[in-house]
Amino acid sequence: MRNAWTIARREYHRFFASPIAYVVAFVVLLTLGIMFSITIMYYRQNALGGGYGAPPAPDMGGITGTFAFLMILMLPAVTMRLVADENRMGTMELLLTAPVRDWELIVGKWLGGLLYMLTLIGSTLVFAFILNALETPGIDQQQLMTSYLGLILVTAALLALGVGISAMFNNQLAAFFVALGIFVFLWWLVGFPANYVSAGSDLFSYLDMKAHFYDSMNQGVINLSDLAYFFSLIALGLFAGSTAVEVRRWG
Amino acid sequence: MIRVQGLTKDYGARRAVADLNFEAKQGEIVGFLGPNGAGKTTTMRILSGYMPPTEGSAQVAGFDVVEESLEVRRRVGYLPETVPLYTDMTALEYLTFMADLRHLPESQDRAFETLKTVGMDGRANSYISSLSKGMRQRMGLAQALIHHPEVLILDEPTIGLDPAQVVEVRNLIRDMGKQRTVLLSTHILSEAQQICDRVLIINKGRIIAEDTPQNLQARLVGSERASLRVRGDGDGLAKVVQKVKGVRSVHVPGDGTLEFQFAPGQDVRPEVAKVVVGAGYDLLELRPVGMSLEEIFLELTRDDAKSRRKER
Repeated sequence: MRNAWTIARREYHRFFASPIAYVVAFVVLLTLGIMFSITIMYYRQNALGGGYGAPPAPDMGGITGTFAFLMILMLPAVTMRLVADENRMGTMELLLTAPVRDWELIVGKWLGGLLYMLTLIGSTLVFAFILNALETPGIDQQQLMTSYLGLILVTAALLALGVGISAMFNNQLAAFFVALGIFVFLWWLVGFPANYVSAGSDLFSYLDMKAHFYDSMNQGVINLSDLAYFFSLIALGLFAGSTAVEVRRWG
Repeated sequence: MIRVQGLTKDYGARRAVADLNFEAKQGEIVGFLGPNGAGKTTTMRILSGYMPPTEGSAQVAGFDVVEESLEVRRRVGYLPETVPLYTDMTALEYLTFMADLRHLPESQDRAFETLKTVGMDGRANSYISSLSKGMRQRMGLAQALIHHPEVLILDEPTIGLDPAQVVEVRNLIRDMGKQRTVLLSTHILSEAQQICDRVLIINKGRIIAEDTPQNLQARLVGSERASLRVRGDGDGLAKVVQKVKGVRSVHVPGDGTLEFQFAPGQDVRPEVAKVVVGAGYDLLELRPVGMSLEEIFLELTRDDAKSRRKER
């Protein structure tokens, strides 16, 4: 585990030396900032009218919900090079001949990405502070915590899948598109058949990632089945990544 | 200590290494000599724990490379063919990272110490992307040395270095080889002669010769050769040299140069010089001709092919 931590630390520092980290942070924070301002302005305008039919005070669900949606598009860019770049640069040979287990390498890469994303997620708490100051008696604390927990779980699961996919490729672009495809599938497509096909509709709706976030944790509710869903995806991604590294050795 | 038994590696249908057997003891520098694609890199990758063999086994520093891969990797320093460096890190950061991965205490001090060993302490805070090819090669070497490994596996350690650096790196390897086992690959014969205690010549995944560099050359050459050059085109020179006792054969490439062969140990060069000058030629040059790697190679692979035909 110490090795995973060493690799995670190095990966975290590496993010801040690459433009991708800044581009992702810029796009995410800009989008959320605009959204946040519009929400506040809209609320102020309508609430000033006062009385019956005024909209409820906004909570942080809007921010965390949009953040999670943005991750579908942004995380493939974060994960694509994590392992694929080592393969391309030949530094994989360095890591695979160091006394590091294959899974430690993958977990380290994932943790490094997660640390970076936690930094970005943490910086959005500034919106929560502003909102809390604007509203009386303040925002719903439980909803705030569960929605952030949900956002972290969504991010962690997508990162694990992304790292696993990155480990299968030498080419970053290939890793990017495969990850994007799988994320889009899990977020939007897999839920559709549940509405039209009766056979296996339970399965399809269980696989639907956005339902595990939007319909529960982002609303302030924690279900065991949602936690199980995200932890399974994390395990699946990390296992696939470790296996891909092992397969590479046999190449 | 390295012990290799029946090592075989297939890439799909292609056999890269076929039934390799050899040993290298502590304090020994063993050179792996062979053309590109002979199986040197594959063998070294197996020994460093990068990939498992298809068949056969290997022990490095007393541990099996497949069963106890982590133990092997803890005790081996490996310099791959393409030097693996993170160009976005400084020299010191890179080595500190490697030291951390190997759980070395005081990793940054250890990294700096290793930079000194390879003469790179002046560039500790330079980004690796700004280092020259020779410096990068030395960084690769530093990475392999940082944990003072029992066994050093170096894939083409002097490639891309300028002559002064080549001498430095060779001296470094020789120093290292005093207490460790060193396996290095090269395709430069003179390099193998200078630093290796023993040379394995490998071709098409097989070891075709194994000996000390001196014995290998003596065994292969059979007779010694020398070349001389005179002013003018040297008409009739061949006849004059042919008459000298001990000269086995004479070959005239032209332009006043001539090559002759003689039995090893019977140096006929003084005689030849006297006779040539006596016959009225202006002797400009007389020098021994060593056998080049290419020739040794052709020689060995020819023998190899012949013996295999016989087996059938």
